[in-house]
Amino acid sequence: MRARLPVMLQLLPAASYLVLIYAFIFLPVAVLVLFSFQDGTLPVPPLRGLSLRWYEAVFSDARMMESLWNSIAVALLSSFLATLLGFLAAYGLARHRLRGAASLQWLLMAPLSVSYLIIGMGLLITFNSFGIPKSLTAIGIGHVVINLPLAFAIVYSQLGAHQANIERAARDLGAAEWQVLLLITVPLIWPALIAAFFLSVTLSWDEFIIALLVSRFEVTLPVEIWSMLRSGLNPQTNAVGTLVFAISMLLVVLVETLVLRRKRSG
Amino acid sequence: MSAEVEIRGLRKVYGQTVALESIDLTIARGDFVVLLGPSGSGKTTLLSILGGFAEPTEGTVLIAGEDVTHVPAAQRPTTTVFQDYALFPHMSVGANIGFGLAMRKVPAAERQPRVEAALEMVGLAGMSGRRVHELSGGQRQRVALARALVVEPKVLLLDEPLGALDLNLRRQMQEELTRIQKRIGTTFVHVTHDQDEAMSMADSIVVMNHGRIEDIGPPNRVYLRPATRFTATFMGESNLIEGRVVAAQAGSVRVETPLGMIDVEGEVEVGSRVALSIRPEQVAQGAADEGALSLGEARVVEQAFHGTHLRCHAKGGPNGEIEFLLQLPQRSKVEIGSSLTLHVRRDDIVMLTD
Repeated sequence: MRARLPVMLQLLPAASYLVLIYAFIFLPVAVLVLFSFQDGTLPVPPLRGLSLRWYEAVFSDARMMESLWNSIAVALLSSFLATLLGFLAAYGLARHRLRGAASLQWLLMAPLSVSYLIIGMGLLITFNSFGIPKSLTAIGIGHVVINLPLAFAIVYSQLGAHQANIERAARDLGAAEWQVLLLITVPLIWPALIAAFFLSVTLSWDEFIIALLVSRFEVTLPVEIWSMLRSGLNPQTNAVGTLVFAISMLLVVLVETLVLRRKRSG
Repeated sequence: MSAEVEIRGLRKVYGQTVALESIDLTIARGDFVVLLGPSGSGKTTLLSILGGFAEPTEGTVLIAGEDVTHVPAAQRPTTTVFQDYALFPHMSVGANIGFGLAMRKVPAAERQPRVEAALEMVGLAGMSGRRVHELSGGQRQRVALARALVVEPKVLLLDEPLGALDLNLRRQMQEELTRIQKRIGTTFVHVTHDQDEAMSMADSIVVMNHGRIEDIGPPNRVYLRPATRFTATFMGESNLIEGRVVAAQAGSVRVETPLGMIDVEGEVEVGSRVALSIRPEQVAQGAADEGALSLGEARVVEQAFHGTHLRCHAKGGPNGEIEFLLQLPQRSKVEIGSSLTLHVRRDDIVMLTD
């Protein structure tokens, strides 16, 4: 026992550092989640008891529910498009020798380094001059713009020479280009496609700035939460925030189980 | 026998590099042809052009009488067994083999028996439900072969498919490939850098170097009467004795060499520089008798036992400046530093002019 104590003392700084770091990261979320169950009207200590009334309030709030479905639709559609376009771009650049391929690739990835605010402003001006009204579609286009570079990067990294040889074998056996893509390439890299899709969904799901700038009457959930926050904190914002957080976590778990676990076993 | 493949005036340039130059080649239907050469000789490029994976810079390719020079791989009557097999890892063995048939819109009911027959041909009967990753290297090789043959190509292309296998398995597959080829009668074009493999399998060997064809012929002719220096040294080993033609008469020339005047068959202008090629196993010990040529005395400098023979380096010629490579019988007792009397049959000497 006497021999062990110094070891534990040695570990103490490391352990407290660990606890502090995790507290720093998760305390705000924990507080948010905890006070979403507040049986009172203020989401601040003290906790007056547990209740699900604020969740009930969220689910019976028509505007909130509408924006939730808007968010889901925008996330799924824009992510599907971003993944599809990213895949096609990656396939083209990985499989064909093009003059200026390096600059094309750079141009595709460049939006990653531009802030959402700048992209949002750019979209706003562009949509304005083309007469595209502020709408959910506009948000969707914005999310394709921000997610396409990511989808491209993820898929491009997976399109190696090994797959190229397998695609060549398919062509040799008489497969047309679309059959090579559909029957060989997509099944071979589907983990990358799924990863790109779910990462896009996650980012689209809680993207706020672009959604705020290019929407008007129909909005997504983050914009709806923001307008709710402007009228002050109440446990209902905590409840909806908890829901957003839970869905994000669910997506992370999905990616983990669908993609990463499969990769490890394969 | 009619020509299955005809290549005329083929040239292929990659940027500044000439990969193939003035290739003319005719392959008879049902032949097992081996393209043999070191890496960078252009043999794989030639195979890619046959398969439709690369387009030639100049020249034409005819398969079964049709100009396919600009026809993509998918529409050619050729299939390929790739070096890394390139099986479809996400499909079963049966689906892999059936893929080509499916692309040809063969109904599923008809595919099944053909897939089974192809599996049986390569000795994998009943393995149709297996996953690719459950197979050994040799089995993958067989699946790749079955997948390429099941669509009944006019020409099967094999791109060094045995390179990854260990020696015993490679020998076994070489024999099996020749057996299958003889049975189905499809034209095979096989690429390799291994001269033993080439000799054991080919009806006809095409020796390639620096993008050109050096020699074409049946294995025994290419080995015993090589056409060029490169063939003589790449297809097995050779002793090359340099010399100059000093006299010529109908069908025969006299060559001045460090070993003295040697008369050999052939027609070359007086004054030409030539090399006389003698295979190591053609050099024999003892005094020359009728029909043989004495190579004089040579002193042994190195020796190693190779199982089937004793491999020996010896220095000979008037000043000991000519190095002989010998393959003596396996039971020979030879000491380093000892002196050997050597001779060779006159018929075995081949004059090389380039």
